Amino acid sequence: MKLSIITLFCFLVGFSFGQEEAEKNMKKLPSVVLKNLKGKSVNTSEMGFEGPVVISFWATWCSPCKKELNTIHDLYPDWQDETGVTLVAVSIDDEKTKARVSPYANAKAWDYEILLDPNGDFKRAMGVNNVPHTFLIDSEGNIVYSHNNYAPGDEDELYEHILELGSK
Amino acid sequence: MKIKLFLLAPFVLGASFLFAQGTISGNAESTFQYLNEDTVIGANQPPSKGLINSYMNVFYTNGNFKAGMRLESYLPRIQGYPNRFDGTGLGMRYVGYANDFVDVTLGSFYEQFGAGLSLRAYEDRALGYDNLLDGARIIVKPRKGIVLKGVYGYQRLSFQEGRIVHGAGIVRGTDAEFHLNEIFKKMETSSLDLTLGASFVSKYQKDDNSTLVLPENVGSYGGRIKMLYKNIYFDGEYIQKEQDPSNDNGNIYNYGHASVFNLSYTQKGLGILISGKSVDNMSYRSDRTKDLQDVFINYLPALNKTHTYNLVATLYPYATQPVGEVAFQADVMYTFLRKTKLGGKYGTTIGFNYSTTYEPKKTYNSNYPSDSTGIAYKSTPFVMSDSLYWQDINFNISKKFNKKFSGILSYYNIQINNDVAKISNDAQGVINAHIGVVEMLFKLKPKHSIRTEIQGLFVQEKDGVINDKGNWFTALIEYTISPNYFFSFMNQYNYGNPDKTKRVNYPIMTCGYIKGSTRFTVSYGRQRAGLFCVGGVCRFVPANNGLTLSFTQSF
Repeated sequence: MKLSIITLFCFLVGFSFGQEEAEKNMKKLPSVVLKNLKGKSVNTSEMGFEGPVVISFWATWCSPCKKELNTIHDLYPDWQDETGVTLVAVSIDDEKTKARVSPYANAKAWDYEILLDPNGDFKRAMGVNNVPHTFLIDSEGNIVYSHNNYAPGDEDELYEHILELGSK
Repeated sequence: MKIKLFLLAPFVLGASFLFAQGTISGNAESTFQYLNEDTVIGANQPPSKGLINSYMNVFYTNGNFKAGMRLESYLPRIQGYPNRFDGTGLGMRYVGYANDFVDVTLGSFYEQFGAGLSLRAYEDRALGYDNLLDGARIIVKPRKGIVLKGVYGYQRLSFQEGRIVHGAGIVRGTDAEFHLNEIFKKMETSSLDLTLGASFVSKYQKDDNSTLVLPENVGSYGGRIKMLYKNIYFDGEYIQKEQDPSNDNGNIYNYGHASVFNLSYTQKGLGILISGKSVDNMSYRSDRTKDLQDVFINYLPALNKTHTYNLVATLYPYATQPVGEVAFQADVMYTFLRKTKLGGKYGTTIGFNYSTTYEPKKTYNSNYPSDSTGIAYKSTPFVMSDSLYWQDINFNISKKFNKKFSGILSYYNIQINNDVAKISNDAQGVINAHIGVVEMLFKLKPKHSIRTEIQGLFVQEKDGVINDKGNWFTALIEYTISPNYFFSFMNQYNYGNPDKTKRVNYPIMTCGYIKGSTRFTVSYGRQRAGLFCVGGVCRFVPANNGLTLSFTQSF
């Protein structure tokens, strides 16, 4: 017990000393291999999109998640034209509801890239406590903004951050 | 001991300096409750009055190296959490190395083979569910399209005095998956996309029973297929389990099986899904004496929609009966496109979902248990009896009327067999409930909106007697200011309770503050007893009255 506490303390001290370094290299996307709806494996750290990427964690049973993605759906063509952004909707539905992901996304005519994270590997790696949780990634793969929760109007703030990236 | 520590410290410190050059990520969550005594709803004040759960994940990666840990703390645990969780300490930790060819992990890990019918180690912190494997895992990708996995470990059973407590049996497993279109050049451009997989899992637990001869090694194995052809998708998995006498199945020596399939058709504006599931004698745990949600090696998903509205989701949820069930589900979603008669300016979406579950048809062995086989009955996959466990028929319409106003109208009819899937102590036989929900969203001005829910639940009388707790009414109003604040008030009123003294209101007020990936919420009020479920796994939360503070952070 004592041993683990001291070990931990040392870790933390080490971390905080190294903080400066960590801030220079902004937080990158972790590498997790997920499947898309076509059954292809996709490595989350090498998705290969040009321009900014929005990663939105959602589930078919999460109403605010669906509200967020359906709201952005209406704005998405304009967002893409103006900033070249790509939205990746990562479903955390497990085997119970995973089969509903594709029918739902199609019925809603979403144009997003959809990835499946049925055992929560990417969710855990990204430090997501609960859905919806949305991340913005710049073209170098750095996580530059994140927001937990969805309230109507949050999409405007997200878009402001996307625009900021464009002007850099 | 002390000398050892001093020797160790510089090493660890040095190691963590190196670490600081990689990427650190993680998250933290803390929930505090201060509970009052409330005899009307049967809520007790715990002796310590205050309760708190906390955890923090820290993950580190640097090039090909990875390490991570989770500290957990229960001082003491909040209500509804597994009652044996206590203390502060490491609940998960691992180190690993991964490149494009190989991925090796030592320590704690989560894993799923196929649909999870043979093996799934996962966590759900909200439920306190965590059956991680502690041991070693290797994943090899010999070439594009092939993934081979091997796992070996003990499962996490509990967390006591700040330490992981393992299940009694060891779990071993191997899995292979082949995505044919990536393996064979000829199939690269084929419009048929095909994935095949197979898995084998085995557990070892010592036979410590003096009267029965128990199999110490129990295997479970099977295969799966996934096909995609244009707009049609199909997946299926079949797993067989060897003889596994346990507390769950009454120590019978039957083989078990689990099978799931999904067939869907999609096009823009339309999604259709048909699913089926057959489970018999498929409780597979790394300790044959355990029950509830303890040390499950496999995962048997319930085949129904996960509902979100309060009365629908928490009063009558359904979880799989691992001992046996046959289930089917159909789901249709359709969007009337924009600028059509029914679609209006923004489009209208309708959804229909039907799910049903029955007991498997069993032909009982009349000589059981006097013959030496130990086989209690025979059953055939997907053949069901007429004993209903569950049925859910529901539909909803969601429509945006204009820029400022949208709404969702839903209806549910739920039947749940309380004698099998025990959900209430007050109910007899099949509970049949009709539920209606109206949800409305008003955008008042940019960033300000109001959302309301009105829900009514009506339980059908059984032989002229009110079944279970009778009718309920729920109203919710939520005011949000994007992106930082929300305020909500909900009241649930059990106006139809057959016991007049229990016709109680459950008001609760919640406020939240969100800044980026930090979130604080405060709620005060009454919460009724109910089942809290995520992904078909449920935990019972007793009625309570008091203050709850919660904090979540990602980094």
